Amino acid sequence: MTSAAALLSVKGLVKTYVLGETEVRALRGVDLEVARGEFIAVGGPSGSGKSTLMNILGCLDVPDAGEYRLDGEPVQHLGPDELSGVRNRKLGFVFQSFNLLARTTALENVELPLLYRGEVTPEEAKAKALEALRRVGLGDRAHHTPNQLSGGQQQRVAIARSMVNDPVLILADEPTGNLDTLTSLEIMQVFQELNQRGITIVLVTHEPDVAAFAKRQVVVRDGRIVRDEPTPTVTSAREALQTLLAQRAAHGEDGGKA
Amino acid sequence: MRFSDLLRIAVRSLARNKMRSFLTMLGVIIGVAAVIAMLAVGRGAGDTMKSSIASLGSNVINVFPGSRSQGPARLEAGAASRFREEDVQAVRKEADALLYITPVARTQAQLKTGGQNWRTSVIGAYPEYQDIRQWPLETGAGFTPTDERAGAKVCVLGRTVADNLFGPGVDPTGASVRINNLPFRVLGVLEKKGQNSFGMDQDDIVLAPFSTVQNKILGNIYVNSMMASAVSEAAMPVAATQITEILMRRLRMPPGSEPDFNVRTQTEIAQAATAVSGALTMLLSSIAGISLLVGGIGIMNIMLVSVTERTREIGLRLAVGARGRDILMQFLVEAMAISLLGGLIGVALGVGVAALLAGLQGWAVKVSVSSVVVAFAFSAATGIFFGWWPARKAARLNPIDALRYE
Repeated sequence: MTSAAALLSVKGLVKTYVLGETEVRALRGVDLEVARGEFIAVGGPSGSGKSTLMNILGCLDVPDAGEYRLDGEPVQHLGPDELSGVRNRKLGFVFQSFNLLARTTALENVELPLLYRGEVTPEEAKAKALEALRRVGLGDRAHHTPNQLSGGQQQRVAIARSMVNDPVLILADEPTGNLDTLTSLEIMQVFQELNQRGITIVLVTHEPDVAAFAKRQVVVRDGRIVRDEPTPTVTSAREALQTLLAQRAAHGEDGGKA
Repeated sequence: MRFSDLLRIAVRSLARNKMRSFLTMLGVIIGVAAVIAMLAVGRGAGDTMKSSIASLGSNVINVFPGSRSQGPARLEAGAASRFREEDVQAVRKEADALLYITPVARTQAQLKTGGQNWRTSVIGAYPEYQDIRQWPLETGAGFTPTDERAGAKVCVLGRTVADNLFGPGVDPTGASVRINNLPFRVLGVLEKKGQNSFGMDQDDIVLAPFSTVQNKILGNIYVNSMMASAVSEAAMPVAATQITEILMRRLRMPPGSEPDFNVRTQTEIAQAATAVSGALTMLLSSIAGISLLVGGIGIMNIMLVSVTERTREIGLRLAVGARGRDILMQFLVEAMAISLLGGLIGVALGVGVAALLAGLQGWAVKVSVSSVVVAFAFSAATGIFFGWWPARKAARLNPIDALRYE
């Protein structure tokens, strides 16, 4: 993996927050490169700086020092509106709490990034949003509102929204944090399938089980990357799901109830 | 983001809190309705005043003798007149800005018929009096210059007088009436004019030739006052100046000195009335304007609540690529939707209230197109003005803080 081919490259990222009189040195010099098609899990205890790193990688925040190149473009000096443009065109977000618009159909939630892009006609936007929903297995739920959907379905709508603009990178922040084991596996299966189709994913999680579904694992501690290595054996979410369902069936539980 | 999308978001957000949106709108509705109704009342009052002033005649100029001092006592205006009929003739001949002029002799007299009697004002004037006051006859004919020269005992009755002496609606033409016991023949009845701007019944009057009233009823050689009309409204100041100059010369007053008589044009009266009705309109509409202001503050209040409530939504929108101005527009469109819809309903309500006042209270009310346009534009401006600050607050949110907001 060379620097030139990297989709995302950060060098010497420093970020310090001032909370009252105390300074929180969230990032103390982080270097990271991600190539196209990777699936990286960023882990670490709370307070390690992984959320700050995620925010900067997601162009939601800017570093105090350091370089950030995304898709070959330096982004660390961009203003708020330009960062909005970068987020819209190159990034997709999946959050722990889904963050869908209430009382708004799945289809309209997925269309949202396209509306802010502005170059797409309403018909095209609708078609693209429907296609994205089909890819996460929710083609038949397009006109349901979030309160009519289960947590797993809501998160899949959020994933559809994150990829509707064909981003170069999807950032997922604890996407399974609010979901039960079975549904978490379903969501990880969706991520693995997307990755197999060539979409680059950066996943933030503090759960080693979830990190095991990624191809590469990075651990942040005290504002620095302390570990960065490929996953020895990547767990297949599909297989894990089948194993779990089989176990539940053996214990007399109805595995389909989730 | 397209405007249609912004509008859809705004409508959905308002529909989500129907009661709250309606109450917010109510402030604007009441404000706009009040502005329109109050302007209509003010305008109606102004129009009533104007038409009652117009009923005095067209381009009328009155000449009254001035006040006089007798020793230390200053007497009322018109206490002593030095005008004679020849002065009136001279003005008629020389002042070319005048269309008509007549001397006016005015007195109170008791009128009697066979069974009825009635006390009223008797006006003695030339036949031109009717032209000056633009006062046609309802029935019969007026007296002629021949009657004037002869001092004929003929008269024309006002509608009120005719009603009281002969019964309502009866045509007394040809009948005889005694004025201060002198027998007069009734030639006709004047058209009904109604009340003047001071609430006096203009139809309670008897019109007779000047020479008859002057010689046979008053027994006077001086002319009480004069009434004239100018050739046009624009010519009124010139006409007034001409009258003043001619009369001063004839009364042998040194040029440049203060005349001891008053020349009053109708324009001055109209201006005073317009000023009064203008002040009334200003007062009413500024009170109404304050209620519109309060409505605007209501919008601002609710928009601030809305921005706070939807902080996470704003964070999400920013995360998926909304720019500051997209968020600004979203909330501004919402505020404007409230104020424009409120403005529309307010216009309807204001017009309705004005119609109700006219119908039930019998007020002279006039809704002008300009007041509707102004009130509506003002309500739109209210939306922009009071929606701006909350919208800007939303647009300046930091996406991370907004997403984390609980």
